[in-house]
Amino acid sequence: MDVASAKLIGAGLAAIGVGAAAAGVGYVFGSFLNSAIRNPAASDGQQGRLYIGFAAAELLGLMAFAVAMLILFAF
Amino acid sequence: MAASGKIDPMHQFVIEPIFGSFGHNNPFVFTNSALWTLIVLGTIWLFMFGGMKRELIPGRWQVAVEGLISFVDDMVNVSIGPEGKKFLPWVFTAFVFLLFANLIGNMPFGIVAPAHPFTITAQFTFTGVMSLITFAIVLGVGFYKHGLHFLSLFVPKDAPLFFKFIIAPIELISFLVRPFSLGLRPFIAMFAGHVLLDVFGNFVVQALNSHSGGGILITILSMAFIMFVSMIELLVAAIQAYVFAILTSLYIGEAVNLH
Repeated sequence: MDVASAKLIGAGLAAIGVGAAAAGVGYVFGSFLNSAIRNPAASDGQQGRLYIGFAAAELLGLMAFAVAMLILFAF
Repeated sequence: MAASGKIDPMHQFVIEPIFGSFGHNNPFVFTNSALWTLIVLGTIWLFMFGGMKRELIPGRWQVAVEGLISFVDDMVNVSIGPEGKKFLPWVFTAFVFLLFANLIGNMPFGIVAPAHPFTITAQFTFTGVMSLITFAIVLGVGFYKHGLHFLSLFVPKDAPLFFKFIIAPIELISFLVRPFSLGLRPFIAMFAGHVLLDVFGNFVVQALNSHSGGGILITILSMAFIMFVSMIELLVAAIQAYVFAILTSLYIGEAVNLH
């Protein structure tokens, strides 16, 4: 296999991580909604924590994207 | 370009000189990055000074500016505590700069060809330096207030001794990664969105040029996707600025309060 096609396959594999992060972000917002509907009065105070959890989950997906871009353009 | 059939989504991030050139060992070059930084700065000045007239009965503009300030003020007070007022200037600067830079980078000025917006926050130099400033504040405040006792940030308080030895290195690594991840987050979010928009924008042009029935379908689908991504990008622009500000105040709060 030549390097150019191996690069494309590698970038495609790295992009799988973005999908995994999508599941993580969905889980963060899903569980927030689950508990916010049970106790709407307390939900406003937890929005900061919601976005921290969102940021932590999202970062890993962005890392996967960064790796894919590095493989495609930096090598 | 689209005519050659090869999509080059990285071209929009190239820093090009507007006045002067990079040659002849010339370090003072006015680039498109500098131009758009000035535009962002000018917009922030217009917005802030337009609402700082201190009228007794505030108009809409003043309410908007005051709302923005009290929004960041609340966030800082919740995460840092009573000493938060001291750190409000930096958190507010970072929040407003990221918000305006992200939003201006998303503006569709590209309809007029030379006015294509250059997204300054899609460069790691900008966001990376901002996160370095945040961590200079964290380390400076931490060591100034607590001395070497600041290092107890890495040791959980009420854990058994055995676990302290395991958790301290993990906490240290987590702390060392933070400056990197804090700057990477806004950068990648803007970068990824703009690559996506560029790729699908090229799909529209190429499909229209193919003059076939399937081409029209692809054009409509791509155009709908571009509109969807543009809306998501506006949301992401605000969320990333908010996340940067709240994480900054959280990290500073950790250094000020130590657990």
